[in-house]
Amino acid sequence: MELKMFLLVLGLLVGTGSPDMGSSQGKCSESLVQGPQTQENRTHTTHSKKPFPVLSFGYDYVRLPFEISLWVLLASLMKLGFHLMPRLSSIVPESCLLIVVGLLVGGLIKLVGEAPPVLESNIFFLYLLPPIILDAGYFLPIRQFTENLGTILMFAVVGTLWNAFFVGGLLYGVCQLEGHRLVTVDLLSCLLFGSIISAVDPVAVLAVFEEIHINELLHILVFGESLLNDAVTVVLYHLFEEFSSVGTITVTDVLLGIVCFLVVSLGGIVVGAIYGILAAFTSRFTSHTRVIEPLFVFLYSYMAYLSAEVFHLSGIMALIACGAVMRPYVEANISHKSHTTIKYFLKMWSSVSDTLIFIFLGVSTVAGPHEWNWIFVVATLIFCLVARVLGVVGLTFVINKFRIVKLTSKDQFIIAYGGLRGAIAFSLVYLLNTDHFPKRNMFLTAIITVIFFTVFVQGMTIRPLVDLLAVKKKQETKRSINEEIHTQFLDHLLTGIEDICGHYGHHHWKDKLNRFNKKYVKKCLIAGERSKEPQLIAFYHKMEMKQAIELVESGGGSKLPSAMPSTVSMQNIQPKKPPQDRALPQLSKAREEEIRKILRTNLQRTRQRLRSYNRHTLIADPYEDGWNEILIKRKKMKELEKKISQMNNYLTVPAPPPDSPTIARARLASDPQAWGLKSATESIPSIKVDLASPQSPESVNIVDEIGMKGSQPKVSEEGGGLTMKVPSPTKPRKDQTTDEDNDKEPQQRLMRCLSDPGPAAEEEDEDEPFLH
Amino acid sequence: MGASQSGRVHMFQDLADKTGFSIEQINNLRNRFMYLTQDEDTLRREHLENISNLALNPIRRQIIEAFFDKRNLGEKEKGCLQEIGFEEFVMVLSFFRPPKPRTSDEEMKNIKKEKLRFLFNMHDTDNDGVITLDEYRRVVEELLSSYETIGAETAKAISDAAMLEVASVTVGQMGPDEFYEGITFEQFMQILKNVEIETKMNIHFWNLDKRTMQCGK
Repeated sequence: MELKMFLLVLGLLVGTGSPDMGSSQGKCSESLVQGPQTQENRTHTTHSKKPFPVLSFGYDYVRLPFEISLWVLLASLMKLGFHLMPRLSSIVPESCLLIVVGLLVGGLIKLVGEAPPVLESNIFFLYLLPPIILDAGYFLPIRQFTENLGTILMFAVVGTLWNAFFVGGLLYGVCQLEGHRLVTVDLLSCLLFGSIISAVDPVAVLAVFEEIHINELLHILVFGESLLNDAVTVVLYHLFEEFSSVGTITVTDVLLGIVCFLVVSLGGIVVGAIYGILAAFTSRFTSHTRVIEPLFVFLYSYMAYLSAEVFHLSGIMALIACGAVMRPYVEANISHKSHTTIKYFLKMWSSVSDTLIFIFLGVSTVAGPHEWNWIFVVATLIFCLVARVLGVVGLTFVINKFRIVKLTSKDQFIIAYGGLRGAIAFSLVYLLNTDHFPKRNMFLTAIITVIFFTVFVQGMTIRPLVDLLAVKKKQETKRSINEEIHTQFLDHLLTGIEDICGHYGHHHWKDKLNRFNKKYVKKCLIAGERSKEPQLIAFYHKMEMKQAIELVESGGGSKLPSAMPSTVSMQNIQPKKPPQDRALPQLSKAREEEIRKILRTNLQRTRQRLRSYNRHTLIADPYEDGWNEILIKRKKMKELEKKISQMNNYLTVPAPPPDSPTIARARLASDPQAWGLKSATESIPSIKVDLASPQSPESVNIVDEIGMKGSQPKVSEEGGGLTMKVPSPTKPRKDQTTDEDNDKEPQQRLMRCLSDPGPAAEEEDEDEPFLH
Repeated sequence: MGASQSGRVHMFQDLADKTGFSIEQINNLRNRFMYLTQDEDTLRREHLENISNLALNPIRRQIIEAFFDKRNLGEKEKGCLQEIGFEEFVMVLSFFRPPKPRTSDEEMKNIKKEKLRFLFNMHDTDNDGVITLDEYRRVVEELLSSYETIGAETAKAISDAAMLEVASVTVGQMGPDEFYEGITFEQFMQILKNVEIETKMNIHFWNLDKRTMQCGK
């Protein structure tokens, strides 16, 4: 099926004559010019009394958008196709397959006789690259990035410089030695070539590393390096290009180059940060226009990239800085849906870009003017590999002196092996002026060979190597709240110890930054009450939301994604206090979720009395359905809990809820015992509250059973406490499992919330006499 | 002068062997100790409380207590001291020493266990060997104490959820009558095994020098 579509699309592409793609970027003028002409033609024809054309063919009118869409469609269909062939996609990384497809398409186009389109550099730099970088920057794991920043910078700056000079210098040597054809290649050209080819490419790294799920440290090291070396590449490129015509470089030029590097990188970051802050500030006011929130994120980031490019600063670094700076503030301001939208749009665009880049790389290989020179190409390849290995090993030796977590040789191997080259290098070479660089085609050929080699050979073999070397993989475990608490605890602890030692280290500055952030920045950039929300609370709420979503989404069956086979409940955890002080057993989250669901379906009126924490006043937001209600109900229940505990009543909740479809579905396996009751059959004075549900009469029944059999010590001490229990408790409750619970009588209900009797929702006040 | 110097060097050597610091680091720490105590021999709580930067730390009380906790000083007894000497100071700080480059896996595990034990002792304030719900609640409340608007119930909810998680993960099945006392050390180790304590709970001692010494206040 996919093959058929593929062939169809290919046919269309070839048929329409794709030379336009290569030469008509942004040349809407062309089609616009054609537009009025065709209009004129049409009006002319009506004058000469031909039969009225029922169906006419006006392809030129839509040529440009049509072709662009066709290419994007092709790319997406390819992506679709690969994932439908699991065996193939597990051996060969996607990027390789896409390049092969590009080669095929290019070959086909050439066969037909047309000139295949080439990956034009401005399309690449202006349209294809930014989405990928923004996606990477927005979701950059800041914590790991900053922890390893020193290492990453070392690799990016020093490593790239070393690579550039090593490759450039040695190639020059080879060229001189080789004689005849290559002697025209001067030192500067070689150095320029070296600097272009030495940069690790973020697109290729992302494409390959994403599939091998390597541990986060290595991922961030290689990926961070690929992002940050852009500044170095830009500077070296401009430096050598400027002076290639002149032919010599003096010491002042070198010094200026260093200054330029600082300007380029820091300038890029500053530009990005400014736009990021603007975006954060704008998002503060978007509470009434939620729909365009994602647009601001994208626009500001793109503007940051373009602004940086205007001044020849590092656009990539600007984009990363913008995304990283704006993210914490924007996410606190925007709605949940906007967040999802941003995430998915970014992923979609970057995925499409990525696919297009690789396909075009393949097509350009077929198209581009080539000049094959065995010695040059092979020498380039060998020197690149050797330079990378030497660079990584040497740098790691130095870096390990300063790191707490040393990089092992396995790590070093992966870092060296993961140094893939990609489309950025290709585009940069393509931009070279043939007058200044007569050997440009040779460079092009060499670069394409290196790219192919790294992507195919290294890309394909890295996965089995990772398995072979048993490199640590990414841990898929979810972040637990305990880990979060302790991570924060550790942060404060280490800061405290550093203060005691009088040592201004990593943690000290981080703590200072956080405090500054909290005190000044957050107040400006985050709307309303959320500016005061500590990270732990935010994390907790996020977790709650996630669990609530999981609960709701887990339609059929009692098997839930986060099912933990445990029957522990809060009841178990409560300390054995004297009964007078006994606090109300806390409801676990799962139970509360169920209560919320029932409440939501049954209650007609919601109470909006909220406590100190205002984050939940999202009621006014028409785009946020459901979640705020949940949270409000939760607050309400907490209030009730307070009331109840104040009255010194001992409340236990009987058996888990019965088979009503909503409830049975929503039960987490982790705590079917939240109602953890005492065993079986005591009839104690109990109040049974029947929550109105689809299956039961809407009423409150008070069942008073005078208990005679051994009531538990807790209850007897309290004497006539309110207990809600199952009216027909014949089965022992020793080991409750979810299955057993399903067999309970339909009369059993969630009886926690005494004040919520039924759809005829009474006032809360009315409930109190009931409780008394 | 010479005699006391060599005597001190000898003492430092012992300390170095015991705690794993280098002689230079111990010298620096000695200078810091003298600075904190204003040239007295023993360190008391007030000396630590005088550090202004520490005042902003939400868990400063527990940090200061940790220095005076006998359990951290290798003694089998429980309880607190009122004042400590330089040796004890260094011993507590040795918990934060980064592991040497060539440590075997076995040693790493021990180091991790020691560091976790230190953390555990910080939480377990009543020395009974388990972290009860109350103690954990207090930990969370202290963490959130720097944010004024947080109600007590949110802290309670978080700590309850955390305890529930610990219990669920470590104990698994529990009947309705069983009572979960608190987090034992083994369970503590289990829930934090993903946090990589041995690499995170470290500070660089090589950076200590005269300049930063004076800036602590």
